[in-house]
Amino acid sequence: MSELLIQEREIVVPGQILAKGMEYLPSHGTYRKDEQIIASRVGVAIIDGKVIRSIPLAGKYLPKRNDIIIGKVIDILSMGWRVEFNSPYSGLIPIKDGTFEFIPRGADLSRYFDIGDYFVGRITNVSGQNLVDVSVKGQGLYKLRDGRTIKVNTNKVPRIIGKKGSMVSMIKRATGCKITVGQNGLVWLLGEPAMEFIAVQAIRKIEEESHIPGLTDRVKEFLEEKTGQPIPEHHSQNDDDEEEQPEGEQ
Amino acid sequence: MKNKQGPNSTGHLITALQADVRYDGRTKNQFRDIQIEYGVSNTADGSAKITCGNTEIICAASLSVGSPFPDRPDEGALMVSAELLPIAHNDIESGPPGIDAIEISRVIDRGIRESGAIDVKKLCISEGEKVWIISVDVVPINHDGNIIDIGAIGALAAIKDAVFPGLTEENTADYKNKSKNKIEMKHTPIPVTVCRIGDELFVDPTKVEENNIEARITIAVLENGKICSLQKGGDEGFSTEQLAQAFDLAVKTSQELQQHLL
Amino acid sequence: MQYKKRYDGRGHDETRPIIAKAGVLQNADGSAYFKIGETIAYAAVYGPREMYPRRLADPKRGVLRVNYNMMPFSGPGERNRPGPNRRAKEISMVSEKALLPAVDLEKYPNCVIDVFIELPQTDAGSRCAGICAASIALADAGITMQDMVPAIAVGYVGDTPVVDLSYDEEQPEGMEAVDVPVALIPSTGEITLLQMDGIVDAEQLNTLLEKAKDACAVIAQKQREALQEKYLGDADEE
Repeated sequence: MSELLIQEREIVVPGQILAKGMEYLPSHGTYRKDEQIIASRVGVAIIDGKVIRSIPLAGKYLPKRNDIIIGKVIDILSMGWRVEFNSPYSGLIPIKDGTFEFIPRGADLSRYFDIGDYFVGRITNVSGQNLVDVSVKGQGLYKLRDGRTIKVNTNKVPRIIGKKGSMVSMIKRATGCKITVGQNGLVWLLGEPAMEFIAVQAIRKIEEESHIPGLTDRVKEFLEEKTGQPIPEHHSQNDDDEEEQPEGEQ
Repeated sequence: MKNKQGPNSTGHLITALQADVRYDGRTKNQFRDIQIEYGVSNTADGSAKITCGNTEIICAASLSVGSPFPDRPDEGALMVSAELLPIAHNDIESGPPGIDAIEISRVIDRGIRESGAIDVKKLCISEGEKVWIISVDVVPINHDGNIIDIGAIGALAAIKDAVFPGLTEENTADYKNKSKNKIEMKHTPIPVTVCRIGDELFVDPTKVEENNIEARITIAVLENGKICSLQKGGDEGFSTEQLAQAFDLAVKTSQELQQHLL
Repeated sequence: MQYKKRYDGRGHDETRPIIAKAGVLQNADGSAYFKIGETIAYAAVYGPREMYPRRLADPKRGVLRVNYNMMPFSGPGERNRPGPNRRAKEISMVSEKALLPAVDLEKYPNCVIDVFIELPQTDAGSRCAGICAASIALADAGITMQDMVPAIAVGYVGDTPVVDLSYDEEQPEGMEAVDVPVALIPSTGEITLLQMDGIVDAEQLNTLLEKAKDACAVIAQKQREALQEKYLGDADEE
């Protein structure tokens, strides 16, 4: 007889027995040991018919192709820029993907990106050996010249962005800050110092309370209370040049 | 590494400091909330865990019997050792104490020693032969800046918490049979490190702020407002006007912090 | 000689009281606090992160690196000099080997997962407490692992088998003691730490391992509960 020992969306942890019997099948974050299906990482259990998997709740960002990330240049090499982005692996911006400008041979690459520079980039390739290529050439990709970055739980990024970017857009409108949420768990903000702080607090609130229903309303209330005014429906005009926040993947 | 521009740079921090809204919402003169938990290690003779924002430090005072220095035959000794262990931050590497940890040890040590906070003559067991030695360990387990000030308060708390071991007939320490005696403290010198980025002065830096500091001055202050030790750090200097401002700020802040050691 | 009533009044198969918490250090990628009796261990996991110097990296899989350290004031009697000694280095190594079989390192070529174990206060069983804390911290860091790795010392005091020896039981008056620290992976039954001080029959050892298995099942449950508690509330309602 097969038996399921957990409920849908239950928190599961390594070594926890999730089901007994050969009818059930293991998937991501779970494995079979004899007749048992066992969790192998901290996550939320998803039961898909007879298949049991878990969505991770912890862990570092693992780069995926086409993800928009916020990163930092850590070294300048002959073939481009070595960058880090809150992941176990560093990446490379090849010279051709650094700028639309023509870069002559032997040019001083620090003129384009210097060590310590931050950028919004797109992951263009992840090889089997985890060699990661990053591009900063394209719409919505650029060097960050001011502001601050904060680290958030990578697994909460979709909630911070919200459906079709609705959550982050609300924070932007309320605080007048420019905000870009990297899939890699780094968020970039720029605005009036007091407003930046309110935006950071709102993001922390989302991280901490994403499991309690009515999140959007609570964040809205929080923003209105802190800023002391209702949230405008639309962006102010000087935000027109801003790129739309890419939508979070679930 | 310090950047003048870009995210998390001195430039952006100056904007925040000028508006008097720091990254964590504090004003320039504002210390983070402090909590002290005593008796966190029953193997030490005195101990305290101090939490200030996200900085968490375990401090311990250990008492042992040793020989006095030949030139001070009737005085005990105090020794502070800070360790920056890799458990506390991603940037810290394993290995023997580097210059950062040594500076923290020495600055905390100097503040306590020079203030005469502890009457070292009372640590004498038999003149020229045996004295008590107080070893204070300052071990951050989570580093979010300002280890000197927070570590010093923690060190004082650990000393305050300490109870002398017993003494055997041969005048060696008897750790199994504790005495009831506490270390007599005459003063509680609390240091305040005033930091400068651009023209902005502020206290209690977080790690991000600390990474961007251009100059800092640690000012240890007694309960009565007198200054008992100084240490200037950072790559740049201070003007005399800035220092005057820093002294005022340190004295005021230090006196506010005294409540934590009452 | 029979050891009937334990010095601290515990049952022979009973561990000292345990407190386990996950996610106690903000900077670490994963962390834990594990207290058993009067022994306290903190563990922090940093990584997976790129390994420097590069020559220590393994291009096929990640490297697990464990560092065990007693704070200078954490032992009985006089303070010790800070820094690693031969004992700490050996315990770091056996702790690493105790955790290694449970951890999936295939996903992290060229990376290192650093585990730092710090003990502010010890009585007995500090290596086991360190391993218990470390495995909670690894899970908290989101590392894929077959199971928690509980660890406990079992042994004999006189002729009596006991679980989780205290400091006094390690050197009982007028009796011989045997001290066997054990770590294992409950779901597979694999024993990953086994050391011993003392003299026993092979048969007695088998008895001890059975006792270790039972005690480890209890500890693993506490480890899992610590994680459950931290992440409770993270099951997003979509």
